[in-house]
Parts: sequence; structure tokens; C-alpha cells
Amino acid sequence: MSEVVNVQLISALSKAETAAIEAEIAHLPNRESAAISALRIVQERRGWISDESLHAIAHLLGMSAHALDSIATFYNLIYRRPVGRHVLMLCDSVSCYVMGYAGIREALIEKLGIHEGETTADGRFTYLPNVCLGACDRAPVLMIDEDLIGNVAPEGLDEVLARYE
Amino acid sequence: MASIIVDGKTYDATDGQNLLHACLSAGLDLPYFCWHPAMGSVGACRQCAIVQYQDENDTRGRLTMACMTPVSDGLRISIDASNAVEFRKAVIEWLMLNHPHDCPVCEEGGECHLQDMTVMSGHTFRRYAGNKRTFNNQYLGPFINHEMNRCITCFRCVRFYQDYAGGEDLQAFGSRSRMYFGRATDGVLESEFAGNLVEVCPTGVFTDKPFSASYTRKWDLQSAPSICASCGVGCNILPAERYGRLQRVHNRYHGELNGYFLCDRGRFGADFVNSDERFRQAGEKTDDGSFIALDNEGAITRFAAALDAGDLIGIGSPRASVEANFALRTLVGPDRFCNGMSTAEAQLVDHALGMLRNGPAPAPTLKDVEQADAVLILGEDISNTAPRAALAVRQAARNESLNMAPPAGIPTWQDAGVRGHAQDARSPVFSATPLQTRIDDLATRTLHVPPERIAQLGFHIAAALNPDYPAGAQLNEDHTTFVRDAAAALGAAQRPLIISGTGAANTSVLEAAANVAWALCNTGKAASLMLNVPEANSFGAAMFGTQPSLDDALDMLERGVARTVVILENDLFRRVDRARLESALRQSNTVIALDSLQNETVDHADLVLPAATFAECEGTYVNYETRAQRFYQVFLPKGDVKPAWRWISDAARSAGRTDLAWDHIDDLIADCARVDAFSGLRAAGTQAGFRGSANIRIARQPHRYSGRTAMDAAVSVHEPMAPSDEESPFAYSMEGANQTAPAALMSYTWSPGWNSNQAVMKYQQEIGGHLRGGDPGVRLIERGTTLPDMMRFSPPTADTPTREGLQPLAVFEVFGSDELSSEAAAVQQRIPDAYVILNPEDAATLGVEVGAGVRDPAGSARFAVRIDPDVQPGYVYYGSGLPGGWTNTPTAAVTLERDPEYQPPSPDHNLIMRG
Repeated sequence: MSEVVNVQLISALSKAETAAIEAEIAHLPNRESAAISALRIVQERRGWISDESLHAIAHLLGMSAHALDSIATFYNLIYRRPVGRHVLMLCDSVSCYVMGYAGIREALIEKLGIHEGETTADGRFTYLPNVCLGACDRAPVLMIDEDLIGNVAPEGLDEVLARYE
Repeated sequence: MASIIVDGKTYDATDGQNLLHACLSAGLDLPYFCWHPAMGSVGACRQCAIVQYQDENDTRGRLTMACMTPVSDGLRISIDASNAVEFRKAVIEWLMLNHPHDCPVCEEGGECHLQDMTVMSGHTFRRYAGNKRTFNNQYLGPFINHEMNRCITCFRCVRFYQDYAGGEDLQAFGSRSRMYFGRATDGVLESEFAGNLVEVCPTGVFTDKPFSASYTRKWDLQSAPSICASCGVGCNILPAERYGRLQRVHNRYHGELNGYFLCDRGRFGADFVNSDERFRQAGEKTDDGSFIALDNEGAITRFAAALDAGDLIGIGSPRASVEANFALRTLVGPDRFCNGMSTAEAQLVDHALGMLRNGPAPAPTLKDVEQADAVLILGEDISNTAPRAALAVRQAARNESLNMAPPAGIPTWQDAGVRGHAQDARSPVFSATPLQTRIDDLATRTLHVPPERIAQLGFHIAAALNPDYPAGAQLNEDHTTFVRDAAAALGAAQRPLIISGTGAANTSVLEAAANVAWALCNTGKAASLMLNVPEANSFGAAMFGTQPSLDDALDMLERGVARTVVILENDLFRRVDRARLESALRQSNTVIALDSLQNETVDHADLVLPAATFAECEGTYVNYETRAQRFYQVFLPKGDVKPAWRWISDAARSAGRTDLAWDHIDDLIADCARVDAFSGLRAAGTQAGFRGSANIRIARQPHRYSGRTAMDAAVSVHEPMAPSDEESPFAYSMEGANQTAPAALMSYTWSPGWNSNQAVMKYQQEIGGHLRGGDPGVRLIERGTTLPDMMRFSPPTADTPTREGLQPLAVFEVFGSDELSSEAAAVQQRIPDAYVILNPEDAATLGVEVGAGVRDPAGSARFAVRIDPDVQPGYVYYGSGLPGGWTNTPTAAVTLERDPEYQPPSPDHNLIMRG
């Protein structure tokens, strides 16, 4: 029974994904050690980790899906629910807080019409809180996808958001 | 030994042990959550904070966690220092922030470690007024309820389930205040040790689901020490009763056997006591085949009349107590008493007993199993036939990690450190079994081969260890490697352990295992030999001898040598061929069956007598290590149910016999102890005459036991008389000498301030050690009485001859292969449909595939088909005892055919109802 299910699920990974994961495994003492890399590889291509992807990766690594999900849910940047085309993270740590986080948050919520952890109806943005983006000297800071944006002000937000369609 | 000074007083402590362990062993109260005596320290919860001082001049000291600090001689600490007290109070306030105020509706209430620790830490008012985080709960199967809102994130559940028991499907998810302990998706918890979560969880996240359905507070439960009836290990249990119903089973600590944990067959299988299949009145069969009820007097008269007719024969049982078997044997005479096992099984069990009696290798306790530094398993799937022993082997595999820790400066109790340092390092475990088992994951090397080949491997290993032992037929290269590696590991070990048993139904497998153990003993090793037996009292029944055999007994009935047969707690249809048995029973004038549950043998009887279960009478079981252990009556059964020995004694007395006129079970035990093998029987338990302090008995009821006058108010407003009990040291009362009695007699665990099962520490000589006053039971064979240094068995001369048809081999299921536990409602939801496992070639020959069905044309047995290349061609492996399959073990080759009417079960057929 479980054999049959796994055979279907393993096909959920593409050849390229499987090859990339196997390349990671080659550097490691055992297959399970590639868990985080494998999650990242699949998420890079699909945006998030579905239950189907989770089972496929677990099968490929020879571990239980329960154990892999334990790892996946520990990390706030592994997404176990679909996210928008762009993920926006606003830092709410001390430096950014002092430098005007609250005003930016208010403006973001108003402009996007969503709160933390939500995705806009058009699937354009997911807004997540973040505890530190490592750029206190340019606080307040936010990150959209891979772009780190410093010295953010509420009035400049429209222009920043407009770059991400 | 070291001395530590706690708040100015000096206490003895074990050097190098952690301070929490030392303080608790000294009888001091210090709160904790994440530490567990069987699982060590991780220092996660910060609840056991103390103040540690540099020396006698240091008055300030520093806060430290007791569970993470080693004992050293002269160490000065304080539990009562105000900063330690304040710190612990703050910690528990944080832990309680999100904990719901649901104690009144929580199953844990009244035996909750979190309640105890909250009170002990002095956090009596809640200041937090905000929202609490909430979770969705999961369906986890028929045994366990899930209520995640109560979680305080101590991690004990996953540490037990994964680290200790090897389960994979219970995990910790998320982080921070959103930690979630459960499965990735809803579903049955796979581990057969999941039930321990009920006792491991310090609060009410994981609770006992069947118990929850007819719930009673701990303080309203009535209990007495008992022994699990579900396999040959003999775990100590505390069954508890209310309203005439066995409500639940909790672990009863035994320092040498089950320790802190049980398997789910034992915990949830005891519910057979409440089964609708129980009969509670005697019955006599009428001409039309139906039964009419007899009252107690009528039943005794009828039984006595059958005895007067003479030509008696008695068939005992490996699931009946020593006492019941002895009573029947006395009734019919030793020459006409059969121990009730099938002839083949009786020979195997007797052979195993002989090995312990005459060989140099003693049977290990489970504590010994845990300490073995190399293990060889030959033929026995203990993960299904003796699950608690399999859990002990899992700990044995950890010994290598415990050896690696001290040189790296890691104390062995520092659990996370030990595991992190060892990674995958394990002590050697070599396993040769017919199929994959659930402890294969920890084995160094496994082989899946049929019993004949397993025996060959064993003989070769013995020969490799000691050239005086014969090797036998040549092996292939792969198997030669297995033999070489296993022999090297066992030869290098200090405490090697050989495990086998009757499960493979093969004499040579047992003999090969004995050879290996003895070959090790003869080279000076302290080797032990665990031979698993099928039932709770297999060894006890075997100690009465194997003659006449069950076949002899049936012969006597068929030949008319015996005309009246008394069958004691035994469904013979599970043991012998149906046609033969039916014929033998037809020839008998009178068939008398004593049993507790309806079964086919009972249906074929002329007179049936309702026998008490283990929970309703006193008796003794002899476990795999020949430990005789007494169980005591937990509650009075309803109806005319009596202990089987009492029915026999009453009838014999009525028939004018004086040699069975026991007034009291202790009289019977005294008589039984005159049988050589049972000379130690009296020491298996405590006589009824025992009186504790103030010259009183031990109470079955906690001192808070409530509702005695209201319990039966729906029937009568008059409080019933408390039953008097002359058979045991226990009283149906709240008043007893419980706190001062030997710990072997604890009827419930409780100590002031400790309402949960954690109170068991107050009953131990040292944390995790022996019980105060000694662990229960007595080993009837301590060590082989003779040391025949040349003693050895020879390998079988030839392979088994080829037969027509398929050679049947029973494989076992933790849920379903045992007779009585399979009558428990929750266990029934876990029993698989009857199945056979075939080699792909044989499946192709039969024209069947996975999901198809086969049937036995010679009977009504039907099976689902499974296919596994580990099954050798020419064999058919089948799930033993599963409903719809073969009821008894086929003794000859079988033929199977495709079953065109077979309907595959729906994928989630085990899911009857979501909780």
C-alpha cells in the first residue's frame, strides 16, 4: 500500500530537482543530512513545499515524511503553504523598530490590504514579519524576494512595491 | 559513594550521577519536567533550578540546573534558597501562560505532574490575562487522545517515542510558542509503545482514549498489583476498576522487568475483561444444543456428578494460572493431566525449559537485556511476540553510545550529549528472522531466511566461537560473512545475549541458540539466553510435565479410555486440527469447560463454568525467565464468576474428595509448592495473612476514594457492605498500610505532593533501581543446576524434505495473534485482516497478486495476499491467530487457491470512527 503511494509521489520531483538534491547528498555523510538543502531546492523551483513535495523529498532521502516536516516547519523561510509571486519581509527588531517600523507596517497593511502571514488576493505579495535582516545601519529595512532594501519610509513604499509585479 | 550537602544537611549520593537524580533519590522534593528517570537529562525546561555553592564560605552561590550538574563529593547546594525558589516559580508561570484552565474536564486531573509541580513551585495565582495560543488536535488512532492546547513543550513525548522507542511518526513541529507535537497528518500512531505517552506526558496532551470513554478520576479507582496476561514477558501492571468494570491499565514499576514502560497490547488488551463475550453464569447444554443457566449450587452438583462418573481427563492451559492448572491436575491425577499446549508447542516449550534448567546460560531479566553489549536474535520476532523485550533490545543497542560518552567527558545521563556524540554508533545486534521485524532498524546486520536456515546459522556461529561445537552443512558466502561477523561481535562482548524462542516453531532453532550461548559460557563469557514463550504462563504449564500430550489426551477420548474431559481456560480449536478435535469431543460423555470468554471450545461443552480473569482472582504466572509472579484480585466479578481452582475444589468436595478441600488459595499454593518445580511458589507473592503497620491490610482504594454511597444509587440507596477478602493481603477499603508496606504490594502510586505516576520514585531504593523491599516475583530456575561443559546439540542431519504444497509458517502480529487481548474493543481496531505472504514465484504460480485473495480449499480460511521476496519459495507465511484465517497451526503442507469472491478491504478499514 505505502509502496504504491510512494511510487506516485516520487514522480512529483522533476529530473532537475532530483539531480540537484543528489548532488547535495554526494557531499554529505548520509542522505538525511541533505534535508534542508532538498527543501530549499524544491522551494526555489515551486515557491513552496506542498504535502506532495514533502513526501517525495522524504522518500528520496529515505526518511519519514513526519521527520522531514518537523525540519520544514522549524524554519520560517521554508513555506508549507503557497506564497505570492513575491515574499515581502519587514524587519520588526530593535533597530528597525526605533527607526520607524510601526509607520511602515501601517502603510504596508493599508496599501496591500493584508496582515502578516497573508497573501494579496491577486497573488502578488505575501507579507511576513522578520526578526532581523542584518542591516541595522540602514534601518528600517525590508526584503522582497532576494532584494534587501534599506532606509525605507512610508512615502517611498509605492515606488518600491511597483518594481514587483 | 559521595556526600552532598543540601540546605545544610548531608546526604549520600552516587558520584557522577546528576543532582536531580541524587536529590530525588534522597527523598527530597525538587520539581522537574523534561528529565525522566529512564531517559536522562536534557536541561530544557529549567524547572529544577538550585543554588550551587563554591565552598562553605560562599553564601551567594549561583543558580544551576540540578539535572545537568554532576554530583561530586562535598558539593554544597540549596533547594530552598530564595533565588532558586523564585526562579522555579517564574519558570512554571511561563510554562503555564498558554496552559488552559481545563483541569476539571481533563483526564489528567488528579494525577497530573504539571498540577503537582505547579503546587510544589508555589505558582498559585495566574497573572496573565491575554489570549492563549490554540491548536487543532489530531486523530491518532483508537488508543490515544490528543489535546495540544495543554502542551508545555517539555519534549518528553518525542524523546520517548523517537529516541527511546524508535518511532518516526510522532514529531515536534514549528518553533517558539507554536511548537506542535503530533504527526505530519492525522492517523494512527504506528508505534506499539504509543500508549506510554499517556504516562510519559506530564500533563493531558496524550491521554488514554478507551479510558476517557468511561472515565474515572485516579482517586476513585480501585486497584491491586497484577501481571499482564498478553505474552510471556510478565510485565507488572496496575489494572484499575470502577463500577465493576476494568477501566484502565497503568504500568507498575518493576526494577528488573518492565521498568517504566508497557506495550500497547498489554495496556489496551486487558479490556477483554469487559468483553460482551464474557459469560457470568454456569450453563448446561440441552438436547437442542442451547444452554440453560445453572445457579452456583446446581453447577457444582452437575460438575460433581460428572466427577463421580469417573474416567476423567484434564486439559490445562498456558494462559491459566499455576494454581488453576495444579487444581485440575490434582483433580484428575498427574497421569491424566495434559498441560494444554499443542503437542508440538509443548515439546518446544519443555525443551526451552530444559535448556534453562540444565544449561550454563541463565535467562536474562529485561534489565540484563538492556545491559547486553552484543545481541544475537535467532528466529524470534520479539517486536511482535514480546514487544517489551524488543524495547529492551533497543536500549541494548545504545550501550556503545554510553561507552563512547565518558571518554569524551559526557556523563551518561546527559541524553542529548550522548546521542549527539554517538551519532549512529550502536552496539552489535545481529538478527536472523523469517521476515523483517520492527527492530531491524537498529541491527548491525539482518538476514531474512526460513527457520531451517536460521538454525544452520546458529550452529555455525557456535562452532566459530568454540571448535568443540559442530557446525553442520556448508553455508553460502553471504551467510558465512554473517556468521563470521556475529561470532566476532559476540566473542568480543562482555555480556553477550542470545535471543530465540518458540515463535519459529523449530527445535533446531532453539538448539542452535543454546549452542551459541553455551559456547560463549564455555569460553568464560557471562552469556545469557532469552527463550521467548508464547503465553503468560507457558513455562508454568510446562513445569507440570508434557505427558500425556494433547494428542495423547485426544487419543484417550477417542479410544474411550477417558469419557469425561475437563478443559481449563483453553480454546482447543486454536491448538489442534478441527476434525480431530470435534471427533474426540463427540466421543466424550461429558465435556466440561471452565473459561471466561465465549469461544468454540465452550460452544462444544456440555457444562460451562464461568472462570475469573486475572483481574478477578489471585494466581501466579511464570514468565520467560521462569519468574513466578503473583497477581491479585482487583475487583469482585459480577454473577457466579469464580476462580477456576475454586470451581474445581467446590465440585471435588461435593463429590466427597478431601484432597482438594482448600479453604484458601494459600492452602492450594502450599500443596502446589510440594511439586518439585514449584518449591519457590510461596515466594512469588505475599500470603493473605500479611498485615502492615497498625496490623492492617493494604487498601485497594486511595484515601480520597469517593462516592461509595452514591455509586450504586441508581439501584439502591443503601451503601452495600464492603466485600471481605480473605484471599489476599488487600482490603476493599480506603484504609490501609500502603505507605509503609513493601513496594511490591503497591496498589496505586501516590506520595504526599506527588499524585501522578512520578510518585513511583518514592517506592524505589534508588531512582530507577529496585523497589523498596525488593522487586516482585521469584525465579524458579535461577541458573542451570548442572554445568555440563561439553553440553551441546548437533545440527539436523538433512534439510527438510520437499513436500507437495506450501510449507506453512506462522508469523506474529502484536495486535491479533494473542487470543485474549484480541477481544479488547480498541485492540480490535488494530487487528489486520487474515493474510498470507508468498514468494513472488509462488504467487505467480497461484495466479494471484497483491490485493487478491486466496482460500484453503480444505476449510473456511480466507486470506489477503501479500508478496515478499524474503519468503522462501515453497513456504507460505501467515498471520497467526487472525480472524478469518487458520485458527490452529497447520501441521502439514497446505494447498491454497485463488479466492474469486475475495473483496479487498477499503484502504482505511482500520478507521472505524474518528475520535
